[in-house]
Amino acid sequence: MSAENVAALEARGLSRLYRRGSEEIRALDGVSLQIKRGEFVSFMGPSGSGKTTLVNLLGCLDNPSSGELHLAGRAIFGSGKNLDERALTRIRRELFGYVFQNFHLVPTLTVRENVALPLAFYRKPGTEGEVERLLGLLGMAHRMNHLPGQISGGEMQRVCIARALVNRPEILLADEPTGNLDSKRSVEIGEVLQELNREAGLTIVMVTHNPSLGRLGGRMIEIRDGKAYES
Amino acid sequence: MISRFQIAYKNLLRKKARTLLTLVGIMLSSWVLVSLLGFNRGYEQALNRDIDNMGYQLMVMAKGCPYEAATMMLQGGAGLRYIEPSMVAEIAGREEVEKITPILMQAFFDPDKGDGGGIAGYYGVEAASYPAMKPFLRFHQGGWFQGEEAGEAVMGYEAAELEQRVVGDMIMVPEKNVPLKVVGILERTGTQDDGTIFVPLKTLQKIAAIDKITTIGIKTRKDADSQKLETALYQLPDVQVVSFSQVKQTIMKLIATARVMVLSIAIIAILIAMVGVVNTVLMSVLERMQEIGILKTMGAMPGDIFFLVWCETLILCASGGVAGIGLALVFSRLSDLLVRRILPYAPGGELVDIDLKLALLTLAVVVVVGLLSGIYPAWKAGRVRPLESIRSEG
Repeated sequence: MSAENVAALEARGLSRLYRRGSEEIRALDGVSLQIKRGEFVSFMGPSGSGKTTLVNLLGCLDNPSSGELHLAGRAIFGSGKNLDERALTRIRRELFGYVFQNFHLVPTLTVRENVALPLAFYRKPGTEGEVERLLGLLGMAHRMNHLPGQISGGEMQRVCIARALVNRPEILLADEPTGNLDSKRSVEIGEVLQELNREAGLTIVMVTHNPSLGRLGGRMIEIRDGKAYES
Repeated sequence: MISRFQIAYKNLLRKKARTLLTLVGIMLSSWVLVSLLGFNRGYEQALNRDIDNMGYQLMVMAKGCPYEAATMMLQGGAGLRYIEPSMVAEIAGREEVEKITPILMQAFFDPDKGDGGGIAGYYGVEAASYPAMKPFLRFHQGGWFQGEEAGEAVMGYEAAELEQRVVGDMIMVPEKNVPLKVVGILERTGTQDDGTIFVPLKTLQKIAAIDKITTIGIKTRKDADSQKLETALYQLPDVQVVSFSQVKQTIMKLIATARVMVLSIAIIAILIAMVGVVNTVLMSVLERMQEIGILKTMGAMPGDIFFLVWCETLILCASGGVAGIGLALVFSRLSDLLVRRILPYAPGGELVDIDLKLALLTLAVVVVVGLLSGIYPAWKAGRVRPLESIRSEG
């Protein structure tokens, strides 16, 4: 099997149960899906449908209650084994970059320093000059020495994308990346993600409420009542 | 690239007022701590210096309160009781005695001294034996008096400075109106000698109309059995023997309570400052839970987060500690004055002695205690689970 054909991510019967007192909540109910390298997949669905839960499991932020997860052909979850926080962190820093609705940029660090932040904890070989390259790619080179308080919301999210990509992840997970932006900035961010997918071949998994943003990806998956449906 | 240390430093800049207040707390605690440690050492050194500069280890004087007598000797006061000068020859014959000198201490009220007048201390000493007892004394001007009955005086540095005297000037003994010619001014010694006026023994006896002495200073031979000498001296009629090693011990015991109390206050101050550190760092951690979660999604391990928060504590404590030690050095004279006001007896010279070793020790204490205080907030931050922090966002 060629490298291109190896699924970047494969879920088999992923389920996640939560307990609230005596009540059992099935947030995700036996989801199976495969995402290939270089795909741009959007998860859409109403609030509480389970799309964030699914992204959290796919992104190794949480352990599933049952089911299997394979990343780049490697079994991560399965056979009921749970990984501890350290093991999850090791996987995350190797494979994933995350963009969230809230930017969480450090207000006292410049744009350049915020993007370089992950490198203070873990640095993949060959990431020298990556901060400047990404800021240039995302049109933020002129804002490099500004503080987050001095730039717009759209620019902040570009900084977050650069921060997520600085360690050259295999997969970018974006959970409502435009949730805090107006429609014009949302389109801009959508275009940035699309370009990263097309030009750099980055695998992107995005959760969004925004149908026009969801359509930017080549593939849309609807999440309803904890189940996944290909659109 | 940005280092974890830079990240920690910049995190502290987020809430400048809170960081500053915490720093002030640590700074004040370090100031108090280093000053007290400096006092602990400085006081003992100053007392030793005062006692060593007496030139003799034993004093023989008329019976009375030995502590009062010792204090009077150290502070340049006058004893009220007298002993016979013939006793000097009697003691000098003992094999343990290396040097011996008779002293007559007199205090006269000088209406021109200070605002409302003050006591001028006069020491009647022998030109033949007293300088030999204190060979370390150096002259700023002139030298010792030439005769045992000369109408001359040698002034301590501060006494001369206060009265603005130089060699060749005439001074008048208060109450007695006897003129004396200043033949020497001593260099500053940092002891009570600085405020004393030395006069030939016989001259002072004549001025005071007393043919006796107040004290006999004895320097023992190095290999002599001082205890045996003390026992022998106690056999002499109506005298008491004051050993300066005993005086030192007694004074140190007297101030021990004060030292314990002040050290306790210092420890409380340190603890309060450290509670401040815990509060500041913990608040900062709690406010940044989501951000810490994000750092973990980026690949930060629990140990990385622990280290980051610990760095913040380290920066706070090290900066506060250095600032406090700096303040203590700058204001050591002020601390010295305060301590002198509080203590019943303060020796001459520097009472608060802070050197590099002590400064580094204090800094180490502050940093270690600070790092211990930082363990809980750092541990709490290290345990943040990214999923929980992300879930709570928005």
